[in-house]
Amino acid sequence: MMSWIFGLLLLFSIVTAFFNGRTQEVTAAVLNTGDNAVDLALTLCGSLCLWNGFMNVAQKSGLSQKLSQWLFPLVKRLFPGVSKGSAAAQAITMNLAANLLGLGNAATPFGIRAVRELAKQPRKDPSSATDNIILFVVLNTASFQMIPTTTVLLRASANSSAPMEVAPAIWLASAVSVSCGIAAAKLFALLGRRNRLG
Amino acid sequence: MANFSNSLIPELFLLIILYGLWKKTDVFSAFLQGASQGLADAVEIFPALLALMTAIAVFKASGALEILSYAAGPLLTSVGLPREVFPLVLLRPLSGSGALVIFQDILNSCGADSYPGRVASVMMGSTETTFYTIALYLGSAKITKTRHCVPSALAADISGMIISGLAVRLLFYSLF
Repeated sequence: MMSWIFGLLLLFSIVTAFFNGRTQEVTAAVLNTGDNAVDLALTLCGSLCLWNGFMNVAQKSGLSQKLSQWLFPLVKRLFPGVSKGSAAAQAITMNLAANLLGLGNAATPFGIRAVRELAKQPRKDPSSATDNIILFVVLNTASFQMIPTTTVLLRASANSSAPMEVAPAIWLASAVSVSCGIAAAKLFALLGRRNRLG
Repeated sequence: MANFSNSLIPELFLLIILYGLWKKTDVFSAFLQGASQGLADAVEIFPALLALMTAIAVFKASGALEILSYAAGPLLTSVGLPREVFPLVLLRPLSGSGALVIFQDILNSCGADSYPGRVASVMMGSTETTFYTIALYLGSAKITKTRHCVPSALAADISGMIISGLAVRLLFYSLF
């Protein structure tokens, strides 16, 4: 699927650029993104190392295990087969907690950790995503932060009379989109399982 | 309030370190061990990052966004979204920085407390950079067969976008 999206995006853009007379802009964009990707990777690398460092301290001291035990009833329901106190359960709970608090730059390192831990579960085809991995990624793409930090800051700088006033609408929209995401992922998983049996 | 989350980070670090010391953990070497794991994660995600960023840079430079917003116009109007937010709807799932620029444009040109400004705010707060997240997370575990990941994530996005318009009309203008 990602191959198709990647391919179609490139194809559509390059054809459009040709008819739009913007091939030069596109060439410049291609030449620049290499640098931009390195910049972004380096920025991410710093926060990945920092948060992974602190997460490992929390793991070694038993702190993240405690946190994951509190949230385990939720994790167990969403991700069947993830055992209590496992590295995957810990990374998932840290990611959920960071998301809820609106700590975007902490949620990503924990999320990547969680996916890599979930991917260690034995399965036939290691290059294929499991139902648990998909649900976890969908939760993260749907975003469910309590405090929409960036949005509120930008609204404040655009002279909004009440930057926080959109929060209830954001919670409502988030709740609906997260529910739809979970429902869709669970439904597709169910259909997939039925196909394999039938 | 907006700074509340970020001001929590130092306290969080302090809590983790103090708890570790209290439990007699070798805090420093545990940190180093974890940090080097982060380095390995960064190496794993780079190829996916590069691929996606190249495709999106080409997309933005080609002017395809304007054409698509125009083409998707009737569909988006029919679910009650204002014309000003169309480019945001299309770019939001692809590019975080691109969406931020468009969001700022909308806030500055329409006003943060206007209808389009509010809808755009709700969209920014309630959705994520879907394709970037998928590429990053699955790429980090070398997963190429995404199965139903993209359709499920899009179901969440599309419902979130539609509800953004509804929620603003309901909560600010008390009508559907």
